[in-house]
Amino acid sequence: MTGATLAPGSRKAPSLMEAARGRSLWDDAGRRLIRNRFAIASVFVLGFLVIAAIIGPYLTPYSYDYLDKTHVWAPPLTGDHLLGTDSLGRDLLARLLSGLGVSLEIGVVATVVSLVIGITWGAAAGYFGGWLDELMMRFVDILYSLPFIFFVILLMVTFGRNFILMFVAIGFVQWLTMARIVRGQTMSLKQREFIEAARAVGLSGGAIIGRHIVPNLLGPVVVYVTLTIPDVILTESVLSFLGMGVQEPLTSLGTLISNGASEMELAPWLLIIPSILMVVTLMAFNFIGDGLRDAIDPKER
Amino acid sequence: MFRFLLRRLLVAIPTLLLVITASFFMMRAAPGGPFDTQRKLPPEVERNVKAKYGLDKPLAIQYLNYLGGVVHGDLGPSLKYKDKSVTDIIKEDFPTSLRLGLSSLVIGVAFGVALGALAAMRQNSALDYSLTTAAIFGICIPTFVTAPLLILLFGTTLGWLPTGGLSDVRSYILPVLTLALPQIAVVSRLTRAGMIEVLHSNYIRTARAKGLSERRIVMRHALRAAILPLVGYLGPATAGVITGSLVVERIFSIPGLGKFFVSSALQRDYTVVLGVVILYAVLVILLNLAAEVVQALLDPRMRLS
Repeated sequence: MTGATLAPGSRKAPSLMEAARGRSLWDDAGRRLIRNRFAIASVFVLGFLVIAAIIGPYLTPYSYDYLDKTHVWAPPLTGDHLLGTDSLGRDLLARLLSGLGVSLEIGVVATVVSLVIGITWGAAAGYFGGWLDELMMRFVDILYSLPFIFFVILLMVTFGRNFILMFVAIGFVQWLTMARIVRGQTMSLKQREFIEAARAVGLSGGAIIGRHIVPNLLGPVVVYVTLTIPDVILTESVLSFLGMGVQEPLTSLGTLISNGASEMELAPWLLIIPSILMVVTLMAFNFIGDGLRDAIDPKER
Repeated sequence: MFRFLLRRLLVAIPTLLLVITASFFMMRAAPGGPFDTQRKLPPEVERNVKAKYGLDKPLAIQYLNYLGGVVHGDLGPSLKYKDKSVTDIIKEDFPTSLRLGLSSLVIGVAFGVALGALAAMRQNSALDYSLTTAAIFGICIPTFVTAPLLILLFGTTLGWLPTGGLSDVRSYILPVLTLALPQIAVVSRLTRAGMIEVLHSNYIRTARAKGLSERRIVMRHALRAAILPLVGYLGPATAGVITGSLVVERIFSIPGLGKFFVSSALQRDYTVVLGVVILYAVLVILLNLAAEVVQALLDPRMRLS
């Protein structure tokens, strides 16, 4: 193929050199990431939050649905409730931890759903090209131009507030961008020699996609995943806010904020504390995502 | 250009058909109906009411009837608001949402471009870092957090601005601000990225070599190229503002279409829900198309198909 003899300064050249250096691309990226203080701090913050969401609920003295009738609307740092209680006397700390867990879970699962659909769709369209590509991407374009929140709302109304359905619904909304990114990357990857070599050895299209294309898509996909998770958490909270999200007594960050907003004059901490936790979580994801993008593709910094 | 437009408009028709079909059947699959009340209606009354709106016919027939109506611009009567057609409701409530959305978009773009360009011109300075960090804040703070906090601060505590409703110009400030903040953040990030790329390009070096002032370089040469990618963001921005309006109209109790949509979906007012979905779908499709046309006009490299 002529790709190897491209003149320096042309578009393909840097990526070819990166491929030749092999692992050092990731070494470089790692080194650049570590120098990014915001991103590293965010990794620690996020790690702490994940651990807190997993083991925290076992450590709090109250469960998230325990009603302490004697301490209703207790402000933070008074009595037995570290962060206070809500209108039903439920411990805010316990509810925060379980809500954080639910939000993270929705974020990760819906992102995985979008990842699987998006990668399969995008890699197939990009690799096979031609009319199939045209058809598949036109479909993505069509879905892209729809106000999706309406469909998610309709789905939630139709099938009731169902936890699993929420994952699927949000995942289905998010896969479009992933498909576009993956397709673009695949189209440029398939011009490379190692793909031609794989074809020359007689591998089938599916095997080439699975063994050679997808692993090489990792960089942009990882970046997009870290930016999709906060997006999903946000979408879920909008639904919760509109009264179509997670059902009581189960809770999510969005549900907590929405409940807090309705009582903010009486008990501002019920709004402020969950809001802070939500913003910290989302920012951690965004800083990590931005850091990863800068590390993997320093051009854009 | 003409062929391109024609092709896109032809694609828009099946898109809309898909929207209508999906929403129609999803809405009908939802449990409950528009005439469910606390007390059960006598069966004969229910039958009469259903017959009045044609809901007693087979679903396929209802679907075709509805489609026929839509083709003629008739979105049907509201099932919940007696004596009002869906078109009446849209005419009444959409202008409010439109004013709100447009103001936030304009403010979002104006401030976003200014702040983004500023950050790019002082790349890696303290100003740049604070603006970039502020932008991440703006993206991460959900509208339903900003709105109550703004109300708490400017409405309840300071008493400067009204906390809800739409009575005068001042009551627009908080909702528009809430909707515009995330847009300012995203637009400033896009502008900054575009600007940095452009400022490193050869023709800017030429402009510098010619001895043009930095202000002239930015205003006349760099900014134009840097905000090109923004045109493509018009579609997603509109979708974002529409999504935000669902929340904002509810918090500020603004009688707009977003607030209406949610309550109609919960009350199974089939025709109103469908009407709103169609309106917004048409809006987003047209805006995306407009964005593509403008992009092609501004940048000949985009004239692909």
